[in-house]
Amino acid sequence: MRVGPGAYLLLSALLFGIGVAGVLIRRNAIVVFMCVELMLNAVNLSFIAFAKVNGTLDGQILAFFVMVVAAAEVVVGLGILVAIFRKRSSASVDDVNLLKG
Amino acid sequence: MLFGQRLRRLAGWLATAAIAAAFAIAVAAFFELLGRDAETRTAVLRGYTFLTSGDLRVAFDLRWDQLSAVMALVVTGVSSLIHLYSIGYMASDERRETFFAWLNLFVAAMLVLVLAQNFLVMFLGWEGVGLCSYLLIGYWFNRPMPVVNPLGRLVAGEPDDRLEVWAPPAAKKAFLANRIGDVGFLLAMFLIFATVGSLDFDDVFGRATGLATGTATAVALLLFLACTGKSAQFPLYVWLPDAMAGPTPVSALIHAATMVTAGVFLVARTHTLFEASGTAQTVVVVVGALTALLAALIAIGQDDLKKILAYSTVSQLGYMFVGVGLGPIGYAAGMLHLVTHAFFKAQLFLGAGSVMHGNDDDVDVKHFGGLRTVMPVTFWTTVLAWAAIIGVPFTAGFYSKDQVLAAAFDHGGVGRLAWAVGVLTAGLTAFYMSRLLFLTFFGERRWPEGRHPHESPAVMTLPLVVLGVLAVVAGFALSTFTGEGGRFQGFLEPVLGHEAHEGTSAAAFWLSVVATGMAAIGAGIAWLLYGSGRVDWLAMRARFASAWRALAERLYVDQVYELFTVTLGRAFAAFLAVTIDQRTIDGAVNGVAELVGTAARSGRRLQSGLVRSYALGVLGGAVLIVAFLVFRP
Repeated sequence: MRVGPGAYLLLSALLFGIGVAGVLIRRNAIVVFMCVELMLNAVNLSFIAFAKVNGTLDGQILAFFVMVVAAAEVVVGLGILVAIFRKRSSASVDDVNLLKG
Repeated sequence: MLFGQRLRRLAGWLATAAIAAAFAIAVAAFFELLGRDAETRTAVLRGYTFLTSGDLRVAFDLRWDQLSAVMALVVTGVSSLIHLYSIGYMASDERRETFFAWLNLFVAAMLVLVLAQNFLVMFLGWEGVGLCSYLLIGYWFNRPMPVVNPLGRLVAGEPDDRLEVWAPPAAKKAFLANRIGDVGFLLAMFLIFATVGSLDFDDVFGRATGLATGTATAVALLLFLACTGKSAQFPLYVWLPDAMAGPTPVSALIHAATMVTAGVFLVARTHTLFEASGTAQTVVVVVGALTALLAALIAIGQDDLKKILAYSTVSQLGYMFVGVGLGPIGYAAGMLHLVTHAFFKAQLFLGAGSVMHGNDDDVDVKHFGGLRTVMPVTFWTTVLAWAAIIGVPFTAGFYSKDQVLAAAFDHGGVGRLAWAVGVLTAGLTAFYMSRLLFLTFFGERRWPEGRHPHESPAVMTLPLVVLGVLAVVAGFALSTFTGEGGRFQGFLEPVLGHEAHEGTSAAAFWLSVVATGMAAIGAGIAWLLYGSGRVDWLAMRARFASAWRALAERLYVDQVYELFTVTLGRAFAAFLAVTIDQRTIDGAVNGVAELVGTAARSGRRLQSGLVRSYALGVLGGAVLIVAFLVFRP
């Protein structure tokens, strides 16, 4: 069965939406990170889909970039999370409200 | 140091010597003037040009002509007598060298005023005498003086007699009233320079007839405003009675004989400007006549010896203004009244000072009585001056007052009105002056226990005698019955011009009879009420309480002024301070701060500190950007 690029884009949009919802709704910092990863992967999928549609390699190269950045970001983010967790013994994002003014 | 201390005691004699020397010079210059022909009796001394600006050149020019000669003689002559008197009067005062210094400064300023050849130099003298008046009125700035209560009881020391007043407010009042007048003088000078291009008298008077009537009227009325301030006419007369807070020689010199006559002199000197405007002349005559009447009425209700004389001065100045406001027909009469008034009013004031000196500085007429046996010289000289002021035939005051009235009558129009008012005022004058005489010198003795009234030393009584004699002889020595052909009028004619009376000398005789008759009636009523002892005048005050109160409270003119200046001023200041400054301006500034605060507080709510809210914000922004990019036209 031939699945057109529209299906991939639809899947990508759905995944992105789930990721956004998760970032906004979930309280656990690790789950938020996972949702961010989800968003990044969704974008990757749409990049690949468009690359296939246009017949060029640009999208695929960009997908690699995104993956590298995502990995680096996870490293840094988890490092921050661990540091915060050590201080406060809580992984809830609602507890980092020192900027409240 | 030793030398300076010894000089202090001589301060009075030094000052008197200086003025006597000035008088001698004035007499010499006067005789020099007499030695010339009538037409050439003008000498102008051109001095240093101290002000040049564009086309304006003003110099210290002085002018010696008949008019300045008359004024200079009166000023220096009366002043030397008063200086002599002050040596005795101020003998116990610690600061008397300052007093004499200021008195001399005053005479200097007055001489600058009368000898000026242009308006600006005259203004220097004008301001100078105003300054000295302020300084001398406030001379006893650290001494409270009891206020005479005309509604109070008889014996000194009773509780309701002990209101106190201080000198500085009176000095300030004098200066402020004068200042208002000076605005008139300044504006007149500006107008003169704008239309004529020069401030020199010869230039201005030469071109006076060429001025537009409106300009001439404006200039004349502005100058007259200055006169109402300096010479205490309505509406700016209110400072003169308060000025009695100063030492009596000051009252005699400045507020009777010289400074207050500066206004009359001004009108006489600038008479061509007034002649160019009939309106201005009418204003002068009407204001003079009405002021004379008003002041005479108020004088009736005063118990303070010096205040009676102060209002009398205002009243007599009114006569002088009627005289010089009538035009050529009345100049000589007005000036003659100026001279005779200087003599008899100075005498009256110095006599009052003598009475005060012998009565522990008491001024309340209710506390005198029967002083003629205790102070004979003062009494007899005061009688001479009293005769002059009420117009007893052949005294100096008789000549001058009747000449003014006759000139007013012959002038017609507004002059007739002035004549009628003047005759009535003559009656009132006779009444209040006789009242003063009888209450002070006649009747039973009303002074308190422990007081020993005594006559004053020779240094004080000698000027009294000289002035008293002058008050009697100056009239027939200087003038004739109608003024026509008299020495005084003939002397001044080249400067002031003259218009012969239309009426016959028989008419003049009958006019004089009317005026003298009024005076006799006034004096008679006063004798009946105060001199004969038949009427209890103190009880009469209670019977006519509201009328007496109105007169005693100076017909409420001062209160009206206070309402308009002090009360309104305070209300306006309060309005500015609270409504505008506090509420509006401060409110605006504080309001801005409030506004910023409120805005900030609303903006604060965005900063919830919740990461998820920020994430939502990021999402919202991203959606907007994408929408914009997708849907842009």
